[in-house]
Amino acid sequence: MIPSGFEYHRPSDLPTAVKILDEHGDEARVLAGGHSIIPMMKLRMADLSHLIDLQDVASLKEVSVAGDTVTIGAMVTQAELISNDALAKAAPILREAALQIADPQVRYVGTVGGNVANGDPGNDMPGLMQCLGATYVLYGSDGEREVDAREFYEAAYMTARADNEILTHIKIKATTAGYAYEKQKRKIGDYATAAAAVLIEQSGGKVTSASIAMTNLSDTPIHSTGAGDALVGTACDAAAISSAIAAMQADILPNEDNRGPIEFKRHVAATMLRRAIERAWSRA
Amino acid sequence: MKDLTEDQIERAAKLKGMGTSRKRVEDVRFTQGKGNYVDDIKLDGMLFGDFVRSPYAHARVKSINIEEAMKVPGVVAVLTAKDLEPLSLHWMPTLAGDKQMVLADGKVLFQGQEVAFVVASDRYAAADAVELVEVDYEELPVIVNPFEALKSDVVLREDIKDETSGAHGPRNHHNHIFTWTEGNEAATEQAIDSAEVVAEEMVYYHRTHPCPLETCGTVASMDKVTGKLTVWGTFQAPHVVRTVASLLSGIEEHNIRVISPDIGGGFGNKVGVYPGYICAIVASIVTGKPVKWIEDRMDNLMATAFARDYWMKGRISATKDGKITGLHCHVTADHGAFDACADPTKFPAGFFHICTGSYDIPAAFVKVDGVYTNKAPGGVAYRCSFRVTEAAYFIERMIEVLAIELNMDAAELRRINFIRADQFPYQSALGWEYDSGDYHTAWDKALKAVDYEGLRKEQAQRIEDFKAGKTRKLLGIGLTHFTEIVGAGPVKNCDILGMGMFDSCEIRIHPTGSAIARLGTISQGQAHATTFAQILATETGIPADSITIEEGDTDTAPYGLGTYGSRSTPVAGAATALAGRKIRAKAQMIAAYLLEVHDDDVEWDVDRFSVKGAPERFKTMKEIAYAAYNQAIPGLEPGLEAVSYYDPPNMTYPFGAYICVMEVDVDTGQWDIRQFYALDDCGTRINPMVIDGQVHGGVTEALAIAMGQEIAYDDMGNVKTGTLMDFFLPTAWEVPNYTTDHTVTPSPHHPIGAKGVGESPNVGGVPAFSNAVHDAFRAFGLRQSHMPHDHWRIWKIASDLGLHA
Repeated sequence: MIPSGFEYHRPSDLPTAVKILDEHGDEARVLAGGHSIIPMMKLRMADLSHLIDLQDVASLKEVSVAGDTVTIGAMVTQAELISNDALAKAAPILREAALQIADPQVRYVGTVGGNVANGDPGNDMPGLMQCLGATYVLYGSDGEREVDAREFYEAAYMTARADNEILTHIKIKATTAGYAYEKQKRKIGDYATAAAAVLIEQSGGKVTSASIAMTNLSDTPIHSTGAGDALVGTACDAAAISSAIAAMQADILPNEDNRGPIEFKRHVAATMLRRAIERAWSRA
Repeated sequence: MKDLTEDQIERAAKLKGMGTSRKRVEDVRFTQGKGNYVDDIKLDGMLFGDFVRSPYAHARVKSINIEEAMKVPGVVAVLTAKDLEPLSLHWMPTLAGDKQMVLADGKVLFQGQEVAFVVASDRYAAADAVELVEVDYEELPVIVNPFEALKSDVVLREDIKDETSGAHGPRNHHNHIFTWTEGNEAATEQAIDSAEVVAEEMVYYHRTHPCPLETCGTVASMDKVTGKLTVWGTFQAPHVVRTVASLLSGIEEHNIRVISPDIGGGFGNKVGVYPGYICAIVASIVTGKPVKWIEDRMDNLMATAFARDYWMKGRISATKDGKITGLHCHVTADHGAFDACADPTKFPAGFFHICTGSYDIPAAFVKVDGVYTNKAPGGVAYRCSFRVTEAAYFIERMIEVLAIELNMDAAELRRINFIRADQFPYQSALGWEYDSGDYHTAWDKALKAVDYEGLRKEQAQRIEDFKAGKTRKLLGIGLTHFTEIVGAGPVKNCDILGMGMFDSCEIRIHPTGSAIARLGTISQGQAHATTFAQILATETGIPADSITIEEGDTDTAPYGLGTYGSRSTPVAGAATALAGRKIRAKAQMIAAYLLEVHDDDVEWDVDRFSVKGAPERFKTMKEIAYAAYNQAIPGLEPGLEAVSYYDPPNMTYPFGAYICVMEVDVDTGQWDIRQFYALDDCGTRINPMVIDGQVHGGVTEALAIAMGQEIAYDDMGNVKTGTLMDFFLPTAWEVPNYTTDHTVTPSPHHPIGAKGVGESPNVGGVPAFSNAVHDAFRAFGLRQSHMPHDHWRIWKIASDLGLHA
């Protein structure tokens, strides 16, 4: 648990940070909360010569809610996601999900940007952002570009972000949809055995739109359009929920690990999704 | 005993003696971050050691190339077995009479085994160099299952493959360590053969790990000028470490000083001697500089001592009315690559033969086979006396299985088989003499406290609701009545490496009436500085706040065997009380002289001696202490000191009744502890608050073990649970509220009647949690499902019982 040597950089603006990234290529990585990268370095599974700490880049710590557009800086902590009332009003599922990430000590340091950018299939925020239809803002030497969260994840730890880009902001649309984040974990601080993020809008007792994403059940988060579509037009009755679950099962590809065998994970995934849909529907 | 007067009560309260919930004096420093642990020790010129560890569970080591590692700036040395061989330190004796490689000698036998020791001027350089040591391995077939090991042609321990006998008798296979038996086999077989009802079950107590918050470590410092070696370390038995270090190194014992500073939890993990200690000592002798070695968490979980890994095949017989007639148990014990179990020499399975538990079982027989596998060595008593938690789990599961076989209530089955209060001292079929107990009283109190009948009614309703589709949660009621055997132990049959398991206390009363007492034990969180002062306060009349307790420095403390197996209070606590009485005996003579009466004309009165019939004429201990040093008293030496070495006449037998009420979600396998009731009878209670703390901590560790904590290996011998991500260490979030309760049945042979309590909650807690899981599914046909009961295993129970259909 002793990392090898590295250079520590602490720029105060994004252009400087990107310049260091450009200079050192894949030898360098940006540091947000550090909950993923630092253990990887201590285990010597990540060998980086340069760490670029973003904590002095003030613009990355801002949250803004303007009309129905919510912008969250990458360095906003999980704790702020919970405590920010404007956010809780604009997208209450954020608070519900953030409360299920790790423990308070971790949440004071862990950031939303680090959580979504690392591409760890165990992280909760990527699936949540897919459920919300979020957009990620990437900044590099060629300027800014935006990528849909649903297009961002390619494989475990592989994303659409280039090595010399920094994920700076997350944009989401405010939503009044019924919501729920259901997560099963072995203990506080663990990744999900299975988790489901659900948003449901209704009119006249019928589902008008539904967005469903699953966490830690494949090597990327899974936004299951089939599962969402199965609910649209229904009264979210038992048959509709079963169809949604069946559609979700077709989209996920869980692995066996210490949390349990595949059949167990599929069963828990179904249970989490059923509970999430029922709760989201009750709030729709 | 006479009732105390108001004045006496007031004076007694000021002493904060036995029975007082005195606040822990240790916590002043611990809560301020001012503890002094091994890793806090920093010495001038100190070097740091780190291990190259084997990535393979079984492999031949063909070559080790240290060339690149030696080039790392700051690296001083890289030690391999070849460097230790001239000193005969490439292997070391284990506590169990086996031997263990200090550094890989030609092969490795478990993943994480120590292969080379890098010494560098800073911790980072050492870690960098570890990466650069090139080891050429040739992989060998791996055996992680003890039953396969006994059938396999693969020889794990080539060093002893031709030896047909080991430290504990004959070996019947090259991977077999010993067979140990106790009890009357013929009588037991006869009882079972002729019984009306027999229940048979394999009960597995999985491999787990004590995982103390502070890992193991040491600082060794050889002073080449004085010839003295000082070793600080996380040692639960510092005096034994000194003796062993002397025997191994040839350095005379007076030239070795071993110091256990503050220790952040031990739970058995810090009883053994590890390669890191030997390597640090050798490196310090070679370099003449202090050398520090501290494990990281993964080292600790992978390589230092595990606990349990017992496959217990049981048969229990009874009359159709439920009176137990016989118990047979055959254990296949997975000891890993070296037999490094920490047990008294004569007991290779520890005190496992306490496995008749709290029950009057006329015929019993146990047989234990120790087996080598490609897993880490250990087999320590993780918060239990030697193999007692395995025994308690075994009998408490067998009772449940028998209850199922008899279609009987498990609480009632226990009640009709308890040893009755009038049967003590009770001779068990497996050879123990239980000193005291009153099981029926404790059991009835416990059942009443939780409204047992009400719980059973609620459970019946829940089952109906479940069957009707109204709920997906089942209710489990986990019962346990355990009997421990602690306080090892009588020197006539308990020793470790030939050293008798007595313990000691030495007291000096200062002229102004305060005191220091030193003991052969060492606290790792048990609050000895608080509670031993309370024993002395009651015995000597000196306020506990005026007594310093010191342990762990072999240059100053009297020799003792250390702290593990709940032995500190039963053994060192007894020595403390008796040393206190020696002080009092001399004080009585001094008081009589000062009061100008005969010795027999004064009597002890809380904190003073007073003249019989004239209580207004007295001398307080404070006055007596001053006189002891400053007044010439005919026929008496000056001073007021005493020492006591205590060899206990018997073990003590704490017991308790634990009940766990658990909700289980059949769809997710998630569990929720709704209630946990723990009644402990540890005899005389020295500090009720400390007892509560011990119970809370021990039940929490029991929760961890029963519900998820496991050292798991894959078929290649890779440790699958080597970090705290996968190794379950509960936090405040997972831990329920506990209700503690007690009865008091003093030990008849202990000077103050105390029995020890530190480990009871682990011994009783594990079966209580496990039985709750089993009980939840009993109505649906579950008999036995192995721990740990993590989510997927509970889910699997429900799945196998068809509850997901």
